[in-house]
Amino acid sequence: MNIEVRQAARTQKTRYGIVDCDIHPKLLIEDYRKYLSNQWWSYLQTYGLRPRHGFTKAYPMPKITPQAARRDAWPPSGGMPGSDLDFMRTQLLDLYDMDYGILNPLQPTAQGDQNPDLSAAMAFAANEQQLEKWTSREKRLKASVVVPYENPEASVVEIKRRAGSKDFAQVFMLSRTSEAHGRRRYWPIYQAAVEAGLPVGIHVFGYAGWPLTNSGWPSFYIEEMTEHATGQQAVVASMIFEGLFEQYRDLKVVLIESGFGWLPALGWRLDKHWERMRDEVPHVKRPPSEYIREHFWVSTQPMEEAEDPEHVLDAMRWIGFDRILFASDYPHWDFDDPVLALPPSLAEEQRRMIYAGNAKKLYGLS
Amino acid sequence: MMRHVVAAVADIPPGHRKLVALDGRAVVVFNLGGEFFALNSRCPHKGGSLCEGKQTGLVQSSEPGEYSYSRRGEIIRCPWHSWEFDIRTGQSWCDPQRLRTRRYAVSVEKGARLVEGPYKAETFPVRVENDYIVIEA
Repeated sequence: MNIEVRQAARTQKTRYGIVDCDIHPKLLIEDYRKYLSNQWWSYLQTYGLRPRHGFTKAYPMPKITPQAARRDAWPPSGGMPGSDLDFMRTQLLDLYDMDYGILNPLQPTAQGDQNPDLSAAMAFAANEQQLEKWTSREKRLKASVVVPYENPEASVVEIKRRAGSKDFAQVFMLSRTSEAHGRRRYWPIYQAAVEAGLPVGIHVFGYAGWPLTNSGWPSFYIEEMTEHATGQQAVVASMIFEGLFEQYRDLKVVLIESGFGWLPALGWRLDKHWERMRDEVPHVKRPPSEYIREHFWVSTQPMEEAEDPEHVLDAMRWIGFDRILFASDYPHWDFDDPVLALPPSLAEEQRRMIYAGNAKKLYGLS
Repeated sequence: MMRHVVAAVADIPPGHRKLVALDGRAVVVFNLGGEFFALNSRCPHKGGSLCEGKQTGLVQSSEPGEYSYSRRGEIIRCPWHSWEFDIRTGQSWCDPQRLRTRRYAVSVEKGARLVEGPYKAETFPVRVENDYIVIEA
């Protein structure tokens, strides 16, 4: 290691409050022990996790950096990026003087695991860990209800268990599921979320058992990163055309870590097809773009970086400035710095809404 | 233009680097096989701290399936979004004509010369018998 000195901590405060809607706490497998039964702990030791792809001990696509992390996010105390609350405070919460952060735990949460009951046991344990190690120690942090979404019945149990708790901000799913998100097998999850008054956050990744693209597995990580936009388009289309929002009129969906530049074009296309083919989906009563504007929120990261920043503003205008939530993706390599992420020509009020106002309203934070 | 004494040569062995402050600016000094280079440590893309990035080389390809790796250790990769900069020039690899991080002129001076001045070495004890790295900024 040839880093001699750490850059002195700068005061990076913006003039605005910030709610970071995508922070990844690293949960450690050994910390699951106390929340798992002896049977499940023994199962984990013997069989381990079995994600829905061919590589049980590795990612199907290589990452650009170890743990997909910022190279400066490995805690000086040792351990994995995102595993040390104090370092997260130093590098994120305090540095940018954040009001709140939403925790979105990724693996090893066993979401989408091939063993549906293990997935349920792990989701419970992941939620307990978020409370014990994070939200109880740092009031600015809010947890997400990790649900074993391929096991909807157990997901409902987990959502009901967390309903009413101020520590949980949303129900947490991943973008790649074994069936499209709008299919009825997942409806109990959405119903439970609505009943609990929680939005459903759909974060990119997860492995569905299906290849990442319409023509199979791509060759490169760069293609996987690009797929997140098309993957979320399928999520949006499925939810609308299955009639989900006619059934659950209060359902709120947050698309996390997929950017948003693609959303207006998707809305145009869905509307165009719906005009001509609405008899195929008579349960879809209104133009798809209306459901998009009423039911979906997007997070900023990875922020679109168009050559002409006005194009980004055009996309934001279509989506609605009240629907866009700031997210950093800390501690991952594609972290967006709140000071520099938003287009400079945003108006003061729009900036306030995106940094914090929209998220506070959506998640019920004061 | 001020000349700043930022480190003793012995502080930064070949292959190593050091972050220094020049009037509040973070500057990273590299030793590439005995040659010294200094770059502004703040990435012009989104402000990542280049000194905490990985020193790497250039991966190039003449055609699909053919790869070459060259200039080992002469490229600094931002710890955040992996933008790469040529340590010798400060030019970005992705858009060298338009994007660069500022490069500062570096020289090595004898301690005996430095004590004559006019150099700025605020908190840095300079010994006559040693060699020092001096940055112009």
